[in-house]
Amino acid sequence: MRWRSAPQREMAQVTGESMTDIKILAQDFKFYYGEHCALKGINLEIRRNQLLTIMGPSGSGKTTFLRALNRLNDLVPGTRAEGRLAIDGVDVYGRGVDVADLRRRVGMVFALPVALPMSIFDNVAYGPRKRGIRDRRKLAGIVEKALRDAILWDEVKDRLHDHAGTLSGGQQQRLSIARVLAVEPEIILLDEPTSGLDPLSTLKIEGLLWELVKSYTVVLVTHNPLQSARVGGEIAFFLMGELVERGPASDIFTHPRDKRTEDYVSGKFG
Amino acid sequence: MEGDPMRYPMRYREAVIEKTLVIVALSAIAVLGLIILFIFKEGSPIMARIGVIRFIAGAKWAPSRGVFGILPMIWGSIWVTLGALIIGVPLGLACAIFLAEMAPARASAILKPAVELLAGIPSVVYGFIGLVVLVPFIRRWFGGPGFSVLAAAIVLGIMILPTIISISFDAFKAVPVAYRDGMLALGATRWQAIRMVILPAARPGIVAAVILGMGRAVGETMAVIMVAGNATKIPSSILAPVRTLTSNIALEMGYAAGEHREALFATGIVLFVVIALLNLTARLFATGGRVAR
Repeated sequence: MRWRSAPQREMAQVTGESMTDIKILAQDFKFYYGEHCALKGINLEIRRNQLLTIMGPSGSGKTTFLRALNRLNDLVPGTRAEGRLAIDGVDVYGRGVDVADLRRRVGMVFALPVALPMSIFDNVAYGPRKRGIRDRRKLAGIVEKALRDAILWDEVKDRLHDHAGTLSGGQQQRLSIARVLAVEPEIILLDEPTSGLDPLSTLKIEGLLWELVKSYTVVLVTHNPLQSARVGGEIAFFLMGELVERGPASDIFTHPRDKRTEDYVSGKFG
Repeated sequence: MEGDPMRYPMRYREAVIEKTLVIVALSAIAVLGLIILFIFKEGSPIMARIGVIRFIAGAKWAPSRGVFGILPMIWGSIWVTLGALIIGVPLGLACAIFLAEMAPARASAILKPAVELLAGIPSVVYGFIGLVVLVPFIRRWFGGPGFSVLAAAIVLGIMILPTIISISFDAFKAVPVAYRDGMLALGATRWQAIRMVILPAARPGIVAAVILGMGRAVGETMAVIMVAGNATKIPSSILAPVRTLTSNIALEMGYAAGEHREALFATGIVLFVVIALLNLTARLFATGGRVAR
């Protein structure tokens, strides 16, 4: 698809060639906290098995967008969504959406690693157990695979039944990722997953993203242009509730179309 | 060096304040120590004379004939306290979970102070309501004299609610929001998140709430005297009248003399040991089985 120009890509979609390829579609999507409008009409599409990095300063609405995708925003009283936000063509905010099921399909990794107060094994096994998998051997298999996929297995295989709180911050974050993987989601959202981590752990997580994208659709949120550049892939730049520009990392960083994008990636503000 | 004149008085004041606080803290402990000493001094001679086992395991309490066995009161305290916990803990926890996790902020802001107000009602009022409402109700619908283990347990169960609710509420609120968000993001329902993560994470606080509620139930005297019937017999059912250790002391202290008075102090020793043991086991529960963080 690389060689295609933008109009050609659009043509391809209109003809239906890659219609089913669109995993997430936002059309004029608006989001309000009470009177405050946090997202002012976002139009964005994310394809299956794509890694999209949403980049922007604090208050740009990037986290709001992420938390709309699994409706974790519901927990904040007085919020309201307008427009269309669809996953696989089904409106996330539509009537009769099973929110718990949506959140199972759309996994999320938070800025602060969440080690649930139980053992390492139980942390990862939580999702599968909730689906009704009780068989010990099967559970062990799922846990091992998830931990391997999150590149944590070798570090914890000998102490799976230790309390998860004994892991380091970087390990806890990879544990959070393993826990999400074990639920077998379709989409993985990562909200500033490395903000509390040291550079080495950060590199590990960033490297992991390109492994994840082979099997999942991945949306990464970061305020850090350097991280966006390191991760590469597609980048969407959010500013004050608007999507300013979206394109491959090479374009965004070498010849951005919008002045504001240029200022941000060159460190003039934010 | 110009600052020096200021520094000496400051340092001097600091030292005085620090020493004063140490003395205050120590005197609180000293008072506790003296009370324990006094109770043991007054009560232990008769225990030694009768024999600890016969005093504790004796089923007959007849001070006028010099027979002192407090087993009925020990059973009474255990029955009434257990009953109060059976009633108060589930109700209190359910209420705390609702207030902390489910109720809208505005409802919580009204209900929480209302619950705390319950703690300020004097125990004699609880006893009085129990006496005029609960006792006749039990007599009419369940039989027996009405003055019973059941009546005392219900009154105490309500009395320990504020303690259990406000302490476990604080424990729930202290659970990091990230746990809840993390669980919900995994596709857990609200109840699953509460059951799997918030309850376990709040467990030490919940146990503390139960310990303190239990302490209040064991120690409460006035309300129990008014509804329990105070018979010095091991209760044969929850509808039978019962006397607790605390009631025993309060009821007879006014006219007791000599050996009788000593026996009441000995009851105090038993009460003290029971409460210390309860606290100890509860503490073991709080820390045992939980992996250190």
